[in-house]
Amino acid sequence: MDDLRELYQATILGHNKKPRNFRAIEDASHEADGHNPLCGDQLTLYAKVAPDGTLEDVSFQGTGCAISKASASLMTDHVKGKTLAEVSDDFERFHDLVTSSPSEEANTDGLGKLAVFSGVREYPMRVKCATLAWHALKSALDGGQTARTE
Amino acid sequence: MTLDVEKIRSEFPILSTEMRGQPLTYLDSGASAQKPRVVIDAMADFYSTHYANIHRGVYHLSAEATRQFEAVRGKVAAFIGAANEREIIFVRNATEAINLVARSWGEQNISEGDEIVLTQMEHHANIVPWQMLAKRCGAVIRVAEIDDDGVLDVAHLTSLLGPKTKLLAFTHVSNALGTINPVTQLVALARDRGITTLVDGAQAVPHQRVSVDEIGADFYVFSGHKVVGPSGAGVLHGRMDLLEAMPPFLGGGDMIESVSFEGTTFAPVPHKFEAGTPDIASIIGFGAAIDYLEAIGMDEIAAYEHELLVYANERLAAVPGIRIIGQAKEKAAVISFVLDDAHPHDIGTCLDGEGVAVRAGHHCAQPLMKRMGVPATARASFAFYNTREDIDRLVKALVKTADLFA
Repeated sequence: MDDLRELYQATILGHNKKPRNFRAIEDASHEADGHNPLCGDQLTLYAKVAPDGTLEDVSFQGTGCAISKASASLMTDHVKGKTLAEVSDDFERFHDLVTSSPSEEANTDGLGKLAVFSGVREYPMRVKCATLAWHALKSALDGGQTARTE
Repeated sequence: MTLDVEKIRSEFPILSTEMRGQPLTYLDSGASAQKPRVVIDAMADFYSTHYANIHRGVYHLSAEATRQFEAVRGKVAAFIGAANEREIIFVRNATEAINLVARSWGEQNISEGDEIVLTQMEHHANIVPWQMLAKRCGAVIRVAEIDDDGVLDVAHLTSLLGPKTKLLAFTHVSNALGTINPVTQLVALARDRGITTLVDGAQAVPHQRVSVDEIGADFYVFSGHKVVGPSGAGVLHGRMDLLEAMPPFLGGGDMIESVSFEGTTFAPVPHKFEAGTPDIASIIGFGAAIDYLEAIGMDEIAAYEHELLVYANERLAAVPGIRIIGQAKEKAAVISFVLDDAHPHDIGTCLDGEGVAVRAGHHCAQPLMKRMGVPATARASFAFYNTREDIDRLVKALVKTADLFA
C-alpha cells in the first residue's frame, strides 16, 4: 500500500472526488472527446481561446478512473491563462515526467501541482489514463474531434 | 474438497513467485491460465530432443514429431467428447476458429438479407468476425437480450430465430459475468429450425466437462491457453459434413493433395484447414495439458471451483460498497464487480500493489458493459489452483482499496 500512496496522493484522491472545472463551456471555441478504450475512460474537453491567444477557460466532463479524472482536473487549472505554445510545452514536460524511468530523479520543473503524477512512472499501464485529458486538449486545440490513447 | 490443491499449486512454477514483493495471487485465469511444469517440460523436451517439421520428412525425427502432433488430435477429441477426431481442427485460438468459420462457412452460406443471431453477452471475438462477414455479404446481425442478472432471455432469443436466420452464435459461458448458458437447449432450438450453430466454449472447457457430441452444435471453439496449455494452440470442432463442404480458410503448404498451375486439389479434413507449419510445440504442450487435467478430473475441477465461487461470494459481501455484476444462478467461477468510490482501473492497480492479479476493463465485451450500465468492471476469475487464501487476500486488498477511496 505504501507504493500506492505514492501513486494515489491526497491531491489526486481529492481531485477525483471533487474535480475542478467539471462542466461544459457553452461558448467553447474548441472541443474534443478523449477516449481510452482499454479501460473505458471517456471525457469531453472544452476550451475557450481569447482573442489574445491565451486559454481563457478550460473544462471537462466525463467518466473515468481516479488518475484520468484528477489529471483532467489539475490540468484545466494549470493551463488556464496560458498561451497555446506554453500549453504545448507543458504537455511535453508532463508526458516526459510520467514516462520517465522511475530510477531517475523526477523532473517536475514548471509543472507545479502536476508533480503529484510522478508516481505514475511506476505504473506504465496508467500513463494513458494520466495523459488522456492532455491528448484531448491538444486534439481540441489542433481542431480535431477525438483523441484516443491506446 | 477432493483436490490436493497444495500439490497442484506446487506443480505450477509461477504460483510460488512474487508480484510487487507479495506472493502472487493469480485471479485472472479467465484471461489466460497458468501452466503446470509438465506442459513447460513437454515443450522443452520436444524442442530439445524430438523437434522436426511435421507431415513432411521421411526421416525418423519428422515421423515421430508427426505422430506426437497427431496424437494430440485424438486427446482433444476424447477430452471434449468428440467421437471423430478428424473433426478437430487446430488453430491458434478461439478467435481464429471463429474467423475461420466466418470466412469459410460464412461466405459460402450467408448472403444478402440473411440474419445472424448473437447475444448481448458475447466477447468481441464472437461479434466482430460476424459483423465483418455481414458487411461483406449484406447480412443482418440480430442480438438476443439478457436480463439485469446477466441471464440470457431465451424467449427473446427464440423470437429472433426466423426464416432468414442462418446462424446462431453464442457463448457457452460468459467471460465477463460467468453466466452459464443452457447450451444444449439453445442448440436444439436452432437445429429444429434448420439454423447452423457456433458455440464459443473458451470459458467453458477449462472449468467443466464438455461433450461436443452431446451439445450437438455445428461448430464449437475454444483456446488451449485457457486450459493450462500454451498460447498458440486452439481448437475448432466442426461437423464433418459441414467441414467437408467448406472451402479452405488459408491456402499453402500442408493443406493440399496436389498442386499445379492449372489447379489444386485440397487435402481432406482436417488438414485442408491447417495450411503452413503450425505451432507444433504448443500443440505438444496442449496434449500434456489435457493429460494433466484428465488426471485431476474435470468433474472434480468443476466441483472445487464451485466451492471457491460460493466462498468468494460470501466473503466479498463484506467489502464496503461492492456490487457484483452478473447474478445468474448458473455461474462459472468468475466474479465481476464494481466498488462505489473506486473505478475498476484503480481497483486493478490497488490490487496489483497487494500482489493480486485481476482483470479491469471492459473484458472485450463492450456491448455487455453497456447493457449492464457500467463503463467497466474488475473481474476475479478462479481456477482449480486457487485457494480460499487467495480469496481472503483479494478481500483484504479490496477492503484497503475501498478505504483508500472512501
